[in-house]
Amino acid sequence: MTATGIGASVRRKEDQRFITGKGRYVDDYNRPGQAHASFLRSPHAHATIRAIDTSAAAGMPGVVGILTGEDLAADKVGGLICGWMIHSKDGTPMKAGAHPALAQGKVRYVGDHVAVVIAETLAQAKDAAEAITVDYDVLPAVVETAKAAGAGTVVHDVAPDNTVFNWHLGNQADVEAAFARAAHVTTLDIVNNRLVPNPIEPRAAVGEYDEAEEAFTLYTTSQNPHVARLVLSAFIGIAPENKLRVVAPDVGGGFGSKIFIYAEETVCVWAAKKVGRPVKWTSDRTEAFLCDAHGRDHVTHAELAMDEGGKILALKVHTIANLGAYLSTFSSSVPTYLYAPLLSGQYNIPAIYCEVDGVYTNTAPVDAYRGAGRPEATFVIERLVEVAARELNQDPAKFRRKNYVKSFPHQTPVIMMYDGGDYSASLDKALEIADHKGFPRRRRESARNGKLRGIGFSSYIEACGIAPSQAVGSLGAGVGLWESAEVRVNPTGSIEVLTGSHSHGQGHETTFAQLVSDRLGVPIESVTIVHGDTDKVQFGMGTYGSRSGAVGMSAIAKAIDKVVAKGRKVAAYALEAGEDDIEFKDGRFSVAGTDKSLAFGEVALQAYVAHKFSGAQLEPGLKEGAFYDPTNFTFPAGMHICELEIDPDTGVVTIERFTAVDDFGNVINPMIVEGQVHGGIAQGVGQALFEGALYDSDGQLVTASFMDYRMPRAADLPSFEVGMTVTPCPSNPLGIKGCGEAGAIAAPAAVMNALTDALGHENIAMPATPLAVWRAAQGSPHLRPEAAE
Amino acid sequence: MSAVSLTVNGKAVTADIDPRTLLVQYLRENLRLTGTHVGCDTSQCGACVVHLDGEAIKACTVLAVQCDGRSVTTIEGLASGGELHPMQAAFREHHGLQCGYCTPGMIMTAVDLVRRKGNSLDEHTIRDELEGNICRCTGYHNIVKAIAAGAENMAAEPQKVAAE
Repeated sequence: MTATGIGASVRRKEDQRFITGKGRYVDDYNRPGQAHASFLRSPHAHATIRAIDTSAAAGMPGVVGILTGEDLAADKVGGLICGWMIHSKDGTPMKAGAHPALAQGKVRYVGDHVAVVIAETLAQAKDAAEAITVDYDVLPAVVETAKAAGAGTVVHDVAPDNTVFNWHLGNQADVEAAFARAAHVTTLDIVNNRLVPNPIEPRAAVGEYDEAEEAFTLYTTSQNPHVARLVLSAFIGIAPENKLRVVAPDVGGGFGSKIFIYAEETVCVWAAKKVGRPVKWTSDRTEAFLCDAHGRDHVTHAELAMDEGGKILALKVHTIANLGAYLSTFSSSVPTYLYAPLLSGQYNIPAIYCEVDGVYTNTAPVDAYRGAGRPEATFVIERLVEVAARELNQDPAKFRRKNYVKSFPHQTPVIMMYDGGDYSASLDKALEIADHKGFPRRRRESARNGKLRGIGFSSYIEACGIAPSQAVGSLGAGVGLWESAEVRVNPTGSIEVLTGSHSHGQGHETTFAQLVSDRLGVPIESVTIVHGDTDKVQFGMGTYGSRSGAVGMSAIAKAIDKVVAKGRKVAAYALEAGEDDIEFKDGRFSVAGTDKSLAFGEVALQAYVAHKFSGAQLEPGLKEGAFYDPTNFTFPAGMHICELEIDPDTGVVTIERFTAVDDFGNVINPMIVEGQVHGGIAQGVGQALFEGALYDSDGQLVTASFMDYRMPRAADLPSFEVGMTVTPCPSNPLGIKGCGEAGAIAAPAAVMNALTDALGHENIAMPATPLAVWRAAQGSPHLRPEAAE
Repeated sequence: MSAVSLTVNGKAVTADIDPRTLLVQYLRENLRLTGTHVGCDTSQCGACVVHLDGEAIKACTVLAVQCDGRSVTTIEGLASGGELHPMQAAFREHHGLQCGYCTPGMIMTAVDLVRRKGNSLDEHTIRDELEGNICRCTGYHNIVKAIAAGAENMAAEPQKVAAE
């Protein structure tokens, strides 16, 4: 391993600009002649629009233009789309209601987009938006997930009972047969709380139209600018792709919420031509709470069947998934194919059956948030096995170990073929790091101090590296999920790598450069990673689902192989040897068995000067591209252990230790990987203890600011103890599995298993706020110190 | 419109501005110092922290005209003579940032924390003092490490700590 190669904790190349204030985020972009947009949003969760009067607003100072849904319709601008088709059990397609970027006749959630005002300054745009009069006929709101179906009020006419789909996966007959012979059944009712992603950079957009070129540019906070361009072009109809450039520069966190193609970005780029000015919009935090796609929001009933010894026989799950008021870009895939196929967890479960009802409500759209379906699945199976072990008086770690998948490949009853792993190894290492043996002593100490201490496990698995295009196509995806790369070697040996992945905190500019430096033997400083601009990178599917290492870097590796192959041809001419005799190692092409060799940079120069070969023999230049389509999902897995203490007098929970042992396959940069784990854990702990988006019965979001929605802060968390085990992924050339979501997937169950262990009962839901914990502690059988002995 | 004169990163600036202009707007929009970020509208996230006469403030909660005659340091003014401030260097060394958006505010808060609490900071103190800064990426683990190390390095390398 070299100091900058694969496996080294190279300090990040991109940090220099971020720590000196030189990062360039979308709101830092200003275009000549730009005007500012402010959106008039619905104050009602559900209402018919009788009329919109913009006449007073139009005369306000600085107003450049006011646009409504009528203008969109007149321009034949298409609606926002959901790109994953789900079919119900009866074979009917999901019921997707129209989703115009500006409301047409009806608003369906608080914050829904009614009109946009474009003015010289943002303050003028906001002032004018307030002067627009909208005549609403307010309708009752459908808010509660579990009560949405058949609520009486209809969100979209296409779904008269508010049900988008009744979907299922698995073999119901097998499951029922297994339950019939089960010795023990554990049952749980679970609410997976609704979350707001809250990257600290709010969404932003600058739309621009160039009359001379008849072309648009959109600067936007996107995790996948090419997908944004594809949707804006092919479905919304802004312009053909060759006349639409999408730039996603430095992006300040995404966590899924910046995958989607939203109304505001669409309106900014469309309006730029309408008003003849660049149009800029930056979300404020309240708008982000109201309109960024939310995450999770499941209501689930789950049952686990076991034999006398505690061997799992079958799993049965019914989930109601709240999809909000409209189907966001990938929303339908999250509670279906990203959820149910992971319900097997790390366990050998012979039969699984899962039904999911997707429902419309008058709330913000719900879509992928860090983990996307997999945290929900992990929470179901990991709470179930924990409770099952407790009910059977078995040690939860031993219970898990007994039921782990131990041989690979392993075909689950719910699509997935686990390709490799060693779950017992992660468990062993985690137990050691967490000092599991010392826990009883620590628990007694806590009890002596009047505190309740608990420990909780979470053996998570996730399907990452999404995804084999043929497989996802057969499941309803509207796109392929490969990745592209282009490796451009310059005549003097410096290299640009163009990738379809997008970095918004993950450190691609460093890890991707490490791969290139390692493979081509060039200094890491000579490698520049280019991403986030559709005019530079030909195409790409973007970054989500922990796919950039496993899929994005695999594409780069494939392109590098082609560069080396071409380099061997060039070197053969330059060194006057046969191509078969050329070896490439440590950045040098050499003739086997001789001292004749050329450095990589020298071969690059030979490729461009083309003095040693004719055009008939070989094409000049050194530039290769590749598309890599994965052959399988990847399956990162691990064991997270949470140990916490409850103060029963206040309900305050202190996380005393949090141990994470993850198997991400091969690791390029351990420092960055550990950072990803830390961040994921914080979001998972946030879900368990603090965060929850709450709507009142009228559909008003009552947690629409950082004053009301409890983000995890530094003092809420401990330093984490992170370890790794490695089983290289057999399904891609680099052996990488992916690390971006593990913490958010594993942590909620670990925390809640620890909390319920401390309480001595299961009667508490997420978020376990101090009030909820205090109430639950009043019923704890552990409250008397002697009970903990 | 109101006239305002202040010193920003050691440079005298004057402007005639709408009196409701926030300091953060003035810095970002008038001076194009876009390293200071806006992450919320309730003075909670701390992405906009700058120093006013050497003390950390949230630039989203101060009017530019309130800073008349005073001295502001932003993240762009922290490094001196092309050398990173020890706190900036510590954030890079300890991977105390991912997306970079909260980072300027974190670093400015951390430098102020050292001014107030000294160069030897324990984990508990650092975590408590970060109450007004939200990071969504790092889980704070490496930010805490970076601040502890940066604080120590500020004592060891006083020449790199610019006088504000």
